[in-house]
Amino acid sequence: MMKKKMISLVLAGVMATVLLSGCGGASGTSSKGNDDTAAGGSNTLTVWAWDSQFNLYAMEEAAKIYQKDHPDFQLNAIEITWDDLQTKIGTIVGSGDYSQLPDICLMQDYAYQKYVTIYSDLFQDITDSGIDFSQFPEGKLAASVVDGKNYGVPFDNGTDVAIYRTDILEEAGYTLDDLTDIDWNRFIEIGEDVYAKTGYSLLSVQTGSSDMIYQMMQSAGKSTWNEDGSPNIAGNEYLKQCLEIYKQMADKRILEVVNSWDEYVATFTSGKTAGVLNGCWIMVQLESAEELSGKWGITNVPSLPGVDGATNYTNQGGSTWAITTNCSNVELAADFLGSTFAGSTELYDTILPGAGAIATWLPAKNSDVYNQPVEYYGGQAVYSMIADYASKVPSVDLGIFYTEANAALATVVGNILGGADIASELETAQSTVEFNMR
Amino acid sequence: MKKKGLSMKQKQSTAGWMFLVPAIILICCFSLYPALSAFITSLKTGTGTNLTFTGLTNYIRAFQDDVFVQSLKNCFFYLIIQVPVMLVMALILATLLNNPKLKFRGFFRTAIFLPCATSLVAYAIIFRSLFATDGFINSVLLKMGILSEAYNFLGNPLSAKIVIIIALVWRWTGYNMVFYLAGLQNIDYSVYEAAKIDGASPIQTFFRITVPLLKPTILMTAIMSTNGTLQLFDESMNLTNGGPGNASITMSHYIYNMAFKGVPNFGYTSAMSFIILILVAILAFVQKKVGEDNDQ
Repeated sequence: MMKKKMISLVLAGVMATVLLSGCGGASGTSSKGNDDTAAGGSNTLTVWAWDSQFNLYAMEEAAKIYQKDHPDFQLNAIEITWDDLQTKIGTIVGSGDYSQLPDICLMQDYAYQKYVTIYSDLFQDITDSGIDFSQFPEGKLAASVVDGKNYGVPFDNGTDVAIYRTDILEEAGYTLDDLTDIDWNRFIEIGEDVYAKTGYSLLSVQTGSSDMIYQMMQSAGKSTWNEDGSPNIAGNEYLKQCLEIYKQMADKRILEVVNSWDEYVATFTSGKTAGVLNGCWIMVQLESAEELSGKWGITNVPSLPGVDGATNYTNQGGSTWAITTNCSNVELAADFLGSTFAGSTELYDTILPGAGAIATWLPAKNSDVYNQPVEYYGGQAVYSMIADYASKVPSVDLGIFYTEANAALATVVGNILGGADIASELETAQSTVEFNMR
Repeated sequence: MKKKGLSMKQKQSTAGWMFLVPAIILICCFSLYPALSAFITSLKTGTGTNLTFTGLTNYIRAFQDDVFVQSLKNCFFYLIIQVPVMLVMALILATLLNNPKLKFRGFFRTAIFLPCATSLVAYAIIFRSLFATDGFINSVLLKMGILSEAYNFLGNPLSAKIVIIIALVWRWTGYNMVFYLAGLQNIDYSVYEAAKIDGASPIQTFFRITVPLLKPTILMTAIMSTNGTLQLFDESMNLTNGGPGNASITMSHYIYNMAFKGVPNFGYTSAMSFIILILVAILAFVQKKVGEDNDQ
């Protein structure tokens, strides 16, 4: 009897200790993690970013440069995908426990306005931190400036490039020049001809994505928002024009529509399409197909025909570094970003050939590295070309509700491929976005 | 002789409660409290953390939301087609594999149960690549001459939903089969012998003996599958990404998108989660009632 009682007591005790230590252990490690980030005297900065070969690589190179003058500086870089990063920030802000935030995190430009506006205490205002923001192009800064205050240090460039297989173009009787400074009507003519002669589609695109429509809109400086912030989707003639071009290209097999991102990348790396049109960050993916080296050529993108303000330059993506309010050593963080991403040509000279990271920091363009010919693109000096394109991209307000509008337009794109009427689909999209904004 | 203090029975029940206390505390901390807190949030409206009390507006809003209604319809489409197909298949497989004369029973049982051991994300991605335009299924159909041109399974609203159903059936049939196999062990073999002597055919045996005696298990698997289907997330997220358009999006996937992708509206998303809870509760109640009625 006594024995049984003892055993049951011991068992209950063991159970309780295991459970409690389980919780305690978990919270113990996480609070330890916080000590690293929150300790005022510490010289460690925790950074969240996605893409280890691009963003984190650049961050680590920046840390190496900063460490030369600040030997006790430590970087704790953590890779988190963009989707997870949003989920984490949403959860942290929702719970009110800001101590879980890193010191610095990378933000997609299109989401910047949303986070700064909705969570006004999430990012540090670094307007007076000593960083010279005049050395960044205005179009890029527009993403991270709210009410005249700077909330971030711009990083990578999302300027669009059109990259074509020069060998396939030649087979069809065209050169890269024939595709430079053209509009979409001419592009469709050439595309049809190339498809008829060689069987190659000129472009590919991922289904359920409206990014291409946004790129076309921005090339003419057109927005999906009115001045007062209300959505301008239903009856937007420019949007309708872009969708018509898209539909026409898909019908004529100039544009290959695939289901997933992997398939999209495979279309040009495995040599199924003769071209790519996207932000210049796509070049890293493109260059993974080494056997196609020398067969590609870069030029600007087609413009919207007959539209006032149409250009051959546009943008997709790009990101900016933000310092969070959890950062206890804002001075260090600002000095670190200011003397690397906003003050070191050495950094950009390293990460440009290393990862193809093209700077938005204007002084970096004067570097020799930018003018070097790149073998992969048949010896074109692609980096200085892109830097030149970047300066000509029209600035567009993507709005706080960009993600909602983007998703609604993605549905439109999906439906019109199935034969739906563009005008009525745009009306549905307008009401969807208005509904989401309520 | 009089006993001091608690009786034997009381002592045992106290000990039992003591064992339960840690679990109860954990359930309260990590399940009940968050659920209650989510319910309070669902009565508030606003973006991010600026929430104000607005009563039931979020619940009304959900039914005016075309995408939510679409996701609700999608979930019921999956539910109505996938759950019966899967449960019938599981029942048939379980009956076949319960035959003591069958050789390599263990092997077949393991093989059919194995899909359950795969990760939800991994299998969804594999199905996505199987049904891609340049995927395995299209290659086979093209080589066999059934199709003349690759068919975009995930690009068509109906075929995208069917691909999700096929994936779900593959993933979960074995899981339900195991429950039926366990249920079948409880049916005394003498009942079958008696039926045999009376001259019952295998089909009669199946419908007159196996199905009625397995009813509690069938009811449980039906409720679990309904619950699981209404909360479907991984397949919609990874296999079709809700597309084309919103043709295959599930409620949970839409809730995730609303909470974490765009401008966050936690009040509205909590309300949608509670709508799922209410639906699951109603369906489970109906299924239970139907199950009981047949008993009488």
